[in-house]
Amino acid sequence: MSRRVVVVTAGLTVPSSTRLLADQLAEAASAQVTARGEALQVQFVELREVAGELAQFMVTGGIPTPRLTELREQVAAADGLIAVTPVFNSSYSGLFKMFFDALDKDSLTGTPVLVAATAGTARHSLVLDHAMRPLFAYLRAVVVPTGVFAATEDFGSHGLSERIARAASELAALVVGRDGYGVGGFGPDLAARPRRTSGAQVEAEVTPFGDLLRGHSGSD
Amino acid sequence: MQFGIFSVGDVTTDPTTGRTASEAERIDLMTKVALKAEEVGLDVFATGEHHNPPFVVSSPTTHLGYIAAKTEKLLLSTSTTLITTNDPVKIAEDYAFLQHLSGGRVDLMMGRGNTGPVYPWFGKDIRDGIKLAVENYHLLRKLWREPVVNWQGQFRTPLQGYTSTPAPLDGTPPFVWHGSIRSTEIAEQAAYYGDGFFHNHIFWNKEHTEQMVRLYRRRFEFYGHGAADQAVVGLGGQVFMASSEAEAKRVYRPYFDNAPVYGHGPSLEDYTKMTPLTVGTPEQVIERTLGFADYVGDYQRQLFLADHAGLPESLVLEQVEMLGTEVVPVLRAEFERRRPAHVPSDPPTHASLVAAGADAPHHLVEPARAHVEKLQAEQAAEATA
Repeated sequence: MSRRVVVVTAGLTVPSSTRLLADQLAEAASAQVTARGEALQVQFVELREVAGELAQFMVTGGIPTPRLTELREQVAAADGLIAVTPVFNSSYSGLFKMFFDALDKDSLTGTPVLVAATAGTARHSLVLDHAMRPLFAYLRAVVVPTGVFAATEDFGSHGLSERIARAASELAALVVGRDGYGVGGFGPDLAARPRRTSGAQVEAEVTPFGDLLRGHSGSD
Repeated sequence: MQFGIFSVGDVTTDPTTGRTASEAERIDLMTKVALKAEEVGLDVFATGEHHNPPFVVSSPTTHLGYIAAKTEKLLLSTSTTLITTNDPVKIAEDYAFLQHLSGGRVDLMMGRGNTGPVYPWFGKDIRDGIKLAVENYHLLRKLWREPVVNWQGQFRTPLQGYTSTPAPLDGTPPFVWHGSIRSTEIAEQAAYYGDGFFHNHIFWNKEHTEQMVRLYRRRFEFYGHGAADQAVVGLGGQVFMASSEAEAKRVYRPYFDNAPVYGHGPSLEDYTKMTPLTVGTPEQVIERTLGFADYVGDYQRQLFLADHAGLPESLVLEQVEMLGTEVVPVLRAEFERRRPAHVPSDPPTHASLVAAGADAPHHLVEPARAHVEKLQAEQAAEATA
């Protein structure tokens, strides 16, 4: 079975150390999923390429471009997410946040997420726990225990690759294990399954009006 | 098919002169737009309703009553009436009164409003928006259809032995539309009652409008009011015209670039691609507007936004004139040419509803109820078989 992970990367320069870290995380995740006997398809989302479209999306009250619709649908259908941002003024970049603001709040419900960040100095490393984890907690995603932070100096020292491997292994375990809502012999509780939507399409299923009217018709 | 103007009633500084119209001037311009609409042969004038600056349109029936007195044929409507924060009892009275004043030239469009603080200002909670729209509208239907209403809901004081006065003209409540950009519950509500569904259309991409209208049509048929393509659909549109596309863009661009809703965002050209906005010649407007029916199906009402974004009186009235004399006559002929015989051309009007008689489904609070109960009985029979 093939799994799909979307890698969202908010680096601004080309080449970018944020993208460099994203590449290594994606590669490690592929290796870890493959090691569990399944294939991994990786889709990169370079936010720099849609920066203008995201700004338009914001100021028009949410009119999507075809490219943004495609990205929102990719994220909402992914088996896992790797999110990598540079640190700007002690938090994720505005571009990074703008992308997640453009998602439906039910896009990532129950989805495994690996958080990672880059910065010039290790003194920013708490951005993972103080900025990124709360964002994904709000979106009801499942953030893996190991976050990966890479200061510029980490690219010249050992330790980073071990953290990447550990985080990728945690992500792979959740991505591969996503089907299990039931325990051996018991049927899955489908009603409790997290509901996800990209918000990009009008939902075909509507609540029947009788249900909407119940308690509001003035006589029951 | 009906064509007309809908106004949001914003007071916006003219970016080319720096001048801001007074509230009196703005109200006067809206009146002039309505009178011009009738003069040039348009069918409908619809006013917005807002309760906060920069809008002046807080009292729609006062304004529509005044316009009614100065017109003969123009249909008076709203875009939209706030079914969430207005008391449905007052809506029932005000619009029935307007029916009597205008000789039945009234319909109205329900909406939930777009400004969060309006809810608490009127003692409501925005998180109840859909429930308020459902409960208040159901009460409104009863008030217009039952001589004496006994009622207890969740949001307003109970009613015991209440009679709404005046009763609707000729015992016939006005036709109602429901407007919503994104909420599928509102499309469902319109379908349930067999009311019209209006999509604002101008602030969103056409794929979205298409999906919302398709949903409404499918549910209209489900509730037994007719075939999906017979459902009553209205659309908004936004145009600016001149003798050449280049001239239209030259004049309109500063208004677009500084407009309250989308200004300082996408370019005029991008927005034209993303939404139904058309800035060009009357021929271009005709071609684009006819294309709407390709994705929402043959529909019954087209309203255009003309007086907004600080456009001065002379330009606004010129646009209404061009719509009435150069655009709409062609649209009428072309839309009828493509419309199948079984799809109604016009939405229900007071005259058509009166002609349908007192036993018509329009006079039921829940016209779909019998149909739904039949479906449920069939399902139950299948389950036991």
